[in-house]
Amino acid sequence: MTLCVMSSLLSYNSPRLFLLIMLGWLLAGCDGAQLNNPYRSEDDGKNILYSSFSERPKHLDPAIAYSSNEYALIAQIYEPPFQYHYLKRPYQLIPLTAESMPQVHYFDKSGARLADDAPVESIATSEYLITINPGIQYQPHPAFAWQNGKYAYHELVEENTQAIETLDDFPLHDSRELMAEDYVHQIKRLAHPKIHSPIAEVMKQHIVGFTDLAAELKDVPLTELRDKQIAGVQVLDKYRYKIRINGNYPQFRFWLAMPFFAPMPWEADVFYAQPGLKEKNITLDWFPIGTGPYYLAENNPNRRMIMQKNPLYHDAFYPAEGESGDYASGLLADAGGKLPFIDKVVYMLEKETIPYWNKFLQGYFDASGIASDSFDQAVQFTGEGDAQLTPMMKEKDIQLQTAVTTSIYYMGFNMLDKVIGGDSARSRKLRQAISIAIDYEEYISIFMNGRGVASQGIIPPGIYGYLPGQQGINPYVYDWQQEKVQRKSIEAARQLMTEAGYADGVDPATDEALILYFDTTSVSVDDRPRMNWFRKQFKKLGIKLVIRPTDYNRFQEKMRSGSGQLFLWGWNADYPDPENFFFLLYGPNGKVKHGGENAVNYANPEFDRLFEQMRNMQDGDERLALILQMQDILRRDAPWVFGVHPKSFSLYHGWYKNLKPMLMVNNRMKYIRIDAAERQQKRTQWNTPQWWPLLLMLIILAGLAIPAVISYRRRLHGGAE
Amino acid sequence: MIQYIIRRILYAVPVLLCVNIITFILFFVVNSPDDMARMQLGQKHVTQQAIDNWKQQNGYHLPLFWNSQKNGGEPLTETIFYQKSIGLFAFDFGISDSGRNIGADIKQRMWPSLALAIPSLIVGLLINISVALMMVFFRRTYLEFGSIVICVILMSISSLFYIIGGQFLIGKLLMLVPISGYDTGFEAIKFLILPVLISVVAGIGSGARWYRTLFLEEVEKDYVRTARAKGLSETRVLFTHVLQNALIPILTGVVVVLPLLFMGSLIMESFFSIPGLGSYTIDAINRQDFAIVRSMVFLGSVLYIFGLLLTDISYTLVDPRVRLS
Repeated sequence: MTLCVMSSLLSYNSPRLFLLIMLGWLLAGCDGAQLNNPYRSEDDGKNILYSSFSERPKHLDPAIAYSSNEYALIAQIYEPPFQYHYLKRPYQLIPLTAESMPQVHYFDKSGARLADDAPVESIATSEYLITINPGIQYQPHPAFAWQNGKYAYHELVEENTQAIETLDDFPLHDSRELMAEDYVHQIKRLAHPKIHSPIAEVMKQHIVGFTDLAAELKDVPLTELRDKQIAGVQVLDKYRYKIRINGNYPQFRFWLAMPFFAPMPWEADVFYAQPGLKEKNITLDWFPIGTGPYYLAENNPNRRMIMQKNPLYHDAFYPAEGESGDYASGLLADAGGKLPFIDKVVYMLEKETIPYWNKFLQGYFDASGIASDSFDQAVQFTGEGDAQLTPMMKEKDIQLQTAVTTSIYYMGFNMLDKVIGGDSARSRKLRQAISIAIDYEEYISIFMNGRGVASQGIIPPGIYGYLPGQQGINPYVYDWQQEKVQRKSIEAARQLMTEAGYADGVDPATDEALILYFDTTSVSVDDRPRMNWFRKQFKKLGIKLVIRPTDYNRFQEKMRSGSGQLFLWGWNADYPDPENFFFLLYGPNGKVKHGGENAVNYANPEFDRLFEQMRNMQDGDERLALILQMQDILRRDAPWVFGVHPKSFSLYHGWYKNLKPMLMVNNRMKYIRIDAAERQQKRTQWNTPQWWPLLLMLIILAGLAIPAVISYRRRLHGGAE
Repeated sequence: MIQYIIRRILYAVPVLLCVNIITFILFFVVNSPDDMARMQLGQKHVTQQAIDNWKQQNGYHLPLFWNSQKNGGEPLTETIFYQKSIGLFAFDFGISDSGRNIGADIKQRMWPSLALAIPSLIVGLLINISVALMMVFFRRTYLEFGSIVICVILMSISSLFYIIGGQFLIGKLLMLVPISGYDTGFEAIKFLILPVLISVVAGIGSGARWYRTLFLEEVEKDYVRTARAKGLSETRVLFTHVLQNALIPILTGVVVVLPLLFMGSLIMESFFSIPGLGSYTIDAINRQDFAIVRSMVFLGSVLYIFGLLLTDISYTLVDPRVRLS
């Protein structure tokens, strides 16, 4: 019957075409081609890296972009003056477009230059003199196109842009040399109120004249930005510029390695401000213009984004030295090789983890994270607790790379709260007891598949000031026993509760169990086990934990008003310096009073004094001593339950080369190399279509249809009779 | 008929206005303009000054419905509601809160949605009707009973299972099609085979049972008995007479969903990474992008009203007795 319908339909052309295509598909499969290949066959065997994104990036303008998924793209396109060394650890800043590291000069209040080793108190301003390398070119872009003695596309009217859909539709593309002026232009962009740069408020505190410029630019269009001056930032000549900052702020060098301080040609602002372009989503926020190893050749955040090798990229070479062990692990095999190695990078939109994982196993993605659904399939733990790949992964020559991230997830105590906050011995002991009771080792094991390290303090591993082993433990929560860190027993926590006046968790004010309130945005059914686990941890001390689920907006409101009691929060480092963590507990950064990042509103004058001292110092014994002192204060006061430093687990195929944990290195793509021939061979081997189950299914269906056919024929005969 | 259509379009205006007001109220009950600004500006280093700047630039500094500081007609027009709603009625969706042109995004994303939805609808319809007619043909036999059981089983399985199972079986084990993805032109076909197949299989249970009910109502009528008495075969009776007379309820169900095919399927598009409109609204809600939310709700309402109008018109085409007045 269905055949009858089909045959009548086939009298039309389009279904015939469809049938032809289906036939072609079947024949292609019989030919041994990869039917499940999600890419075009002409790309097979090419030097292309395949990656994915699950959510489209919000911004690609380096003055605004601030999240890791945005950096994954723009850090390959824009080049700030400095970068992190790809192989050396701890992280080391080296020049990128700059000729050398910045020359830093100090000045006193009268503007007189001070000696390089002048005491910090005497420094009123610091000046960073940066010299960039000559001869660096921008990617080809229509904003630079020059025709008849003027810019070809700087005076467009709507009629000119009607047929334009992407940048490729402009026939002329050109380039120009990178100049110091472009770096200064970008700093001015950071100050522009219409740009909404997330670091504008931070830079107001540091760059001289930044606040004044921001006020001056209130009604100034971006196209006129070139004519405005900022007091603290000056172009000295074509290749040199200087930035003057308030006081001594050594961490400023790290900011100079972030895309916020990448160059932006004034032509870009003029070009993108023209009528008719924004309506087609042709904006600087979506079509970057940089000097980096790649340029964005296709930007369709609804489907895929493609980066091509920048044909005008300046000379850059793979590092010739690294850490000990890098040579043995093959990380120096490409030493001196011209960067970048890969011709094209394709980012495909992949919203769900299951198809993404399966495509990785088929060889269609070169690297993958590990979702909890597929964790057991990929990783198993040895008796010593070390993660290793399962035999299936090893068979496919997949490599596992783990690294503790420079992040911390913590449980915060609102220090303004009457019960849990304050600096009384009673509340401090209560917080310490809770810190012991919440067994984060168990949490990591149950809820994170072992992908984390219980925190011993505020500083994660890999950041200056972190000490491993016995000397780095939190003595208020842990003991050092048998060469291992051991959480204190629950009895110790109960003892602290008794000392705090809450024996067995009973609140003397009510003679009932002490009630604490936990505000959380984890409101889904999937979060219930986790919330129940937290309840159980508090129950060990006799405390009744009341979970207050709330949406993110209300949660933020509670944080701003200081009406929360307990909450979970986290921080991901901007740069590898302990200042970027300690400032989260600096008094003048209190969220309620000052709207800062100190969400628990912790204020300890001694800690604040040490912080002010420490943040202005260069790394060394003196600074380390201050850091340890500050860590100790925090461990004692326990404004946070120092929770977890998450561990990232990533999988890579065998053809993915030059792999090193590089959490701070955002411009990593240029160092990666792939063996495209090996990948093609593996893909063919792993993706041979299997027809027999389909044929078997068809035979079974045909068998099942036999009774229907018999019955149908009987009826027909019956009708005839 | 033209008068009828004009009247229906005029009726649509207050409906759309109400939909717009409800969307507006629901959105702003949950999110304040400050919350929206925070979501757009990110998590780190967000100050009140930055929030105020963002609101000013995006027009969220105004009062929601009534601006008591203005005179004349301005108390009504100098509000977020007026400023953000008026363009919608001219189908000018404007710029999203994250800075992208919504109209351009919709134009780009509706084609993949249609590429998935149209074949799913057509193939699904053909198969459901064929299966339903087969069930009617074999009515009161074990074949009908068996088919109903299978239909109930198919209906009881979650659509998520079909998707994951289909990807696992066809994409991963048999390796006959890509597990997910999308491409343009004819290259899109290999990506659409699996989602269309899954849509069809997942819809057979409910679809076939629904059409079976319609056909069973028709099959006992006098004209069918007359057709049989004339000696027509049961196949001819079912495919020509019963099917034709059951078209009105079928059309009601099908025509009304035609315009909504533009809106795409959330789960299907998400699992198969098809860049359609299905996930556009959900993503916007998660990002608190009010400009996209109100545009998509408005567009959905317009398409639904259009679908109802098309249904009314289609009645006159399939049943000459129906007249629009």
